[in-house]
Amino acid sequence: MNAQLEEPVVAPGYDNASVTKKITDVVLTRPVHRGWLAGLAVAFALLMMMNFAIGWLLLKGVGIWGVNVPVAWGFAITNFVWWIGIGHAGTFISAILLLLHQDWRTSINRFAEAMTLFAVACAGLFPLLHLGRPWVFYWLLPYPDTMGMWPQWRSALVWDVFAVGTYLTVSIIFWYVGLLPDVATMRDRAASKRVQMIYGILALGWRGSARHWKRFHIVYLLLAGLATPLVLSVHSVVSMDFAIAIVPGWHSTIFPPYFVAGAIFSGFAMVLTLAIPIRKFYHLEDFITIRHLENCAKIMLATGLMVAHGYITEGFMAWYSDDKFEIYLTLNRMFGPYAPAYWLLIFCNVGVNQLLWFKKIRTNPAVLFVIALFIQVGMWTERYVIVITSLHRDFLPSAWGIFHGTRWDWMTLIGSLGLFASLFFLFLRLLPAISISEMRDLVHKKSESAR
Amino acid sequence: MNESLYGVMAEFAQPEQLLAAARAAYQAGYRKMDAYSPYAVEGVAEAIGFTKTRVPLVVLLGGIVGALTAYGMQWYSAAVSYPLNVGGRPLHSWPAFVPITFELTVLFAAIAGLIGMLAMNGLPKPYHPVFNAPEFKLASQTRFFLCIEADDHIFNTEEAAKFLHSLGPLSVVEVEK
Repeated sequence: MNAQLEEPVVAPGYDNASVTKKITDVVLTRPVHRGWLAGLAVAFALLMMMNFAIGWLLLKGVGIWGVNVPVAWGFAITNFVWWIGIGHAGTFISAILLLLHQDWRTSINRFAEAMTLFAVACAGLFPLLHLGRPWVFYWLLPYPDTMGMWPQWRSALVWDVFAVGTYLTVSIIFWYVGLLPDVATMRDRAASKRVQMIYGILALGWRGSARHWKRFHIVYLLLAGLATPLVLSVHSVVSMDFAIAIVPGWHSTIFPPYFVAGAIFSGFAMVLTLAIPIRKFYHLEDFITIRHLENCAKIMLATGLMVAHGYITEGFMAWYSDDKFEIYLTLNRMFGPYAPAYWLLIFCNVGVNQLLWFKKIRTNPAVLFVIALFIQVGMWTERYVIVITSLHRDFLPSAWGIFHGTRWDWMTLIGSLGLFASLFFLFLRLLPAISISEMRDLVHKKSESAR
Repeated sequence: MNESLYGVMAEFAQPEQLLAAARAAYQAGYRKMDAYSPYAVEGVAEAIGFTKTRVPLVVLLGGIVGALTAYGMQWYSAAVSYPLNVGGRPLHSWPAFVPITFELTVLFAAIAGLIGMLAMNGLPKPYHPVFNAPEFKLASQTRFFLCIEADDHIFNTEEAAKFLHSLGPLSVVEVEK
């Protein structure tokens, strides 16, 4: 009864042919639009700004960032944690919701996975640049070097290299396997020989054989099964970069679950930030329906409450521990020099998030878009507060200091948004942004159950 | 018999027709055949006699190799090749080795899954005879195809074509190699 009252996951009246046409036309026949060009131009300009900032960084060294003792982890680590967290929602949608048989994931999984890849690419930049000498990054990997050295396996930073490297590789594999049948469709619908060749090479000769489909589905499910614990492990490992240290505010067992919840929280905010304009500009309201937006909003509400629970627990544990450094840290966060950042994060992540209790707001794309932006700002600020406030006043008052991001910090952060957006604009024009084969299956199943 | 013939292919409009056709062809004794569809039609692979796949085994082996590689590497480097005495703490500190062991298990399993799936499917394979069928472009879009291959033990061009015609297809064509 209830199911019939719900918004559908795909508007009625579609069949194989119209689904295929609608999704491939965005790439193959739609002319280059002025809005798209303008968007790409802005994004690309920001990317060039980041390249400039990175060039200067390589020339001058990390001193151009505001980092110094005691705050040696400034924007770079904040941005890293923020970006990689955003990526987590893509894997959550494509893997965990697949295993849970949530059919509403079908039309958003492809671009959510693309979002994951691009976010991880942005994330990976920051620790590399923060190394100071990024050109010797391969020292982090175990390889037979002439120095006779090995990585220190007991260090969470080395775990990070493996966690993020695995995450990026598995995300690419998962994405590409899912794309195979769709690039075959693109190959078969391409009008010109050249376009056909390019998609043909990517499709590896996929021909839709029943045997191939069977192996494809098994490996897709297994990859989902592998990606599920992986996504939980990656942000847990990231949180251990902090939790393993004895710095007040970091040395806490709540960090792994609290970070994973925060990651999915900010990631779904990014999914909404991307989905709402895409469905509007490419007229995909029939495929990305209000139901999708509402479900994303519900997940945001739930994970946001988990994050709020994390904040409360941190405060409680500081008081309950009776450790004067922990208590001082908590008070310093709330009322110290970084108090505005702390209250901004509470306002965005705990305050604004509560609006999602109302169905009217969850089903209003424009309002959701704004809320999603607030949450992303809030989550970036949260990581900023975690990184900076713990470091700037730890145990010895003689070693205290104040950190402020320099213009190079801001240029790199804003520039990384340009990198992300440039990649995303190109993705929208070059690959099907919605999984065509899965949509056909979904349309077929829906029409059968309606019969 | 025509040496350059790959098989006889029928085109269907609906997935249910393809499933029924695949079952009927298997009943009629055909074994060398394949079905082509724009999405996985449930039951077709089983209907043409393809019930078992070794992909999960490959993924499992990949995972085991990954776990052993990761743990072995950490143990060897930390306890044998480059022992570092940190305040008398044990060299073989297994709890610290768990995260990387887990990550590499997943990494090796996923790579094994990708390579295993492609290798068993015989991909990449840019050229395949079925692409010669005139309407085959639609196999990745809207239509469903069943191809009985010429090297089947009871294959006969006329009979196979007649048999496929009896299943109510949109068309039946001979596919050249």
